[in-house]
Amino acid sequence: MRAVDAIMECLKAEGVEHVFGIPGGANLPTYDALYDAGVRHIQCRHEQGAGHAAEGYAKASGRVGVALATSGPGATNLITPITDAMMDSVPTVFLTGQVRTDLLGTDGFQEADIHGMTMPVVKHSLMIQDPRDIPRAIHEAFHIARTGRPGPVLVDIPQDLSRADIQYEPASDVQLPGYQPTTEGNVKQIRLAAKALANARRPVIYAGGGVVNADASKDLTELALSDRFPVTCTLMGLGGFPAPHEQWIGMLGMHGTRAANYAMDEADLIVAIGARFDDRITGKLAEFAPRAKFIHIDIDPAEISKNVPAHIPIVGDAKQILPKLTAEYRALETDSTRLDGWWDRIRGWQEKYPLRYDDSEDSEIKPQRMIEAMWEATGGNAIVTSDVGQHQMWAAQYYHFPRPRRWINSGGLGTMGFGLPSALGAKVACPDDDVVCLAGDGSLIMTCQELATCVTENIPVKVFLMNNGYLGMVRQWQELFWDKRYSSVDMGASPDWVKLAEAFGATGMRITKKDELADGMKTALETDGVVLVDVRVTKEENCYPMIPAGQAARDMVG
Amino acid sequence: MGEPGTKEVLNLADLEAAGGLHTGRKHVLSILVENKPGVLTRIAGLFARRGFNIDTLAVGPTDDPTLSRVTLTVDGALHPIDQVTKQLHKLVNVIKIRDLGPDECVARELALFKVSADADTREQVMQFTDIFRGKVIDVSKKSMTIEITGTDDKIEAFERMIRPFGLIEMVRTGEIAISRGRSAT
Repeated sequence: MRAVDAIMECLKAEGVEHVFGIPGGANLPTYDALYDAGVRHIQCRHEQGAGHAAEGYAKASGRVGVALATSGPGATNLITPITDAMMDSVPTVFLTGQVRTDLLGTDGFQEADIHGMTMPVVKHSLMIQDPRDIPRAIHEAFHIARTGRPGPVLVDIPQDLSRADIQYEPASDVQLPGYQPTTEGNVKQIRLAAKALANARRPVIYAGGGVVNADASKDLTELALSDRFPVTCTLMGLGGFPAPHEQWIGMLGMHGTRAANYAMDEADLIVAIGARFDDRITGKLAEFAPRAKFIHIDIDPAEISKNVPAHIPIVGDAKQILPKLTAEYRALETDSTRLDGWWDRIRGWQEKYPLRYDDSEDSEIKPQRMIEAMWEATGGNAIVTSDVGQHQMWAAQYYHFPRPRRWINSGGLGTMGFGLPSALGAKVACPDDDVVCLAGDGSLIMTCQELATCVTENIPVKVFLMNNGYLGMVRQWQELFWDKRYSSVDMGASPDWVKLAEAFGATGMRITKKDELADGMKTALETDGVVLVDVRVTKEENCYPMIPAGQAARDMVG
Repeated sequence: MGEPGTKEVLNLADLEAAGGLHTGRKHVLSILVENKPGVLTRIAGLFARRGFNIDTLAVGPTDDPTLSRVTLTVDGALHPIDQVTKQLHKLVNVIKIRDLGPDECVARELALFKVSADADTREQVMQFTDIFRGKVIDVSKKSMTIEITGTDDKIEAFERMIRPFGLIEMVRTGEIAISRGRSAT
């Protein structure tokens, strides 16, 4: 059969039901094979949108997201989503067309060395040189993308090779001598960790996106409940532990709660699970958690002791390690009253420094109020995707995620424009769930063309636009740290979002008053099809609390 | 450091101090890789991303035709090494890495020296070549080409001896190394 037909067989063998992409010259054969392959293709309007949609699909479902693009500009447009997937460990496979082999290296029309360009930002990549290698390459790509620490894999396929007539045999096991992720976790280390937990007086569990990726949130909860361990999550880990919960102390880091950050600061033992001590978590590294010993559980050995030296490193899959750790800990039958003093201290912070904002006395909509209204309107049950900026942080603070895979955002790379395309991907993966894109006005304009995809492909996402007319987070930094010199952050009055939504064939709505929020959001959620709600919020509200960059938890302001 | 929130202009000493741990010794990394296109680019890219300068690099086939051996040296006084070896392990085509300490391996390098030498000086150059157990592999009326094998110290010592005669050109392969004793590197 043609190599492209073999690709379709491989995709189906990998359980792929949906792919996102845009056709072009170099992947014409692939699209010909897609025509009647029985895999649904969602025709996006920009390859970046297709890439983020694949990410949203993967994050919502836990399955591998797939995006297709042609050579040259099609492929280069994928670079941002590929990098995003690398930073946030999203299992994704990107299939790019390439110019014919006789044109390679000649600056042929729409030729770009995408294999070379993406090398620093992929988990792995394969450039096809022999059409007989294509099926194996596709299976390897899926295997690498979804196992170990998940990530993006690129397969670049020259157009002529994709038309070759090859023998296709169904997949056998993938064997890669240089790729054997450790999953089980060293038993002795796990025992040591249990003992350290038993001896800790001021322990904190610090969980990251790895817990979500490993589908280990139940196991995390069991560990936390095996005693009264306080739990904080990173931005990527939200939903990994059910919020609200009496042992939940909120998100940590730059815009985390004071309780979480102060607890990290005073902890004597920190259990990091699938988290990587990013600079948005640690602040000033030299003053980060100065009294603590660290247990670091991660599937990626390169993360252990990268930023903070681990006293008890455990390499492996959280899903496998956490139940063992819980069992070992329970066997020690520790007296949990030893944590009474610690909880008194934490409750003290929680009472003294709750998340709070001054609501307006008139009809003005405070952005925090908007998130609360969104939580109420969706019953806390929606899949929420977000762009990057103030609205993202407010959502992380005020939308309490009860379950994993409900909060989809761009954490590591911080990609503005991520929200809408990832929402469409999430909706394709989870058609029965409410999928809400919480957008920022600076972000949404970057990928708003995907409204056309949503409308045309009948993917009814609801976009709640937090519109403050600014690149809000940059404006906040300029206000706080750069003497209010507002340099290029005003978004002006363009576009008219309601008209824009209507032009795309979606329903446009606008909410400008606080008392319209609840009904307006309810109406939006109940309206069929794609809806964009332009919510006008306070223009110059700052996101607090905040650890100013490069400072320590103790220096939190606001 | 380098945060947009810090308005102060950064001084260069602080910038330099922000690097990681330095071991202060030369590292010979022996890396067993799958013999596939692009592997060397990936390895080199990991070093380049962290601003490392690779001092020497040698690549060649092994006893297994599907595998190649990359031997490279970096200066641990200039570069923190542990992060890069961990990242190298993550490359799918990298099978094994050893950071060989000076006591646990034997290392050799081959160098070719083209030296000015006429009838008056030829004898002296040959004497040095003998002392260093080198070989004369080409000769003309005004020059000689000498092959020297050994550790980098020995090659550098020979270079110092020969330079006064007029060193026209020197070419070095970069070190290759193998672990001492019975077990494979």
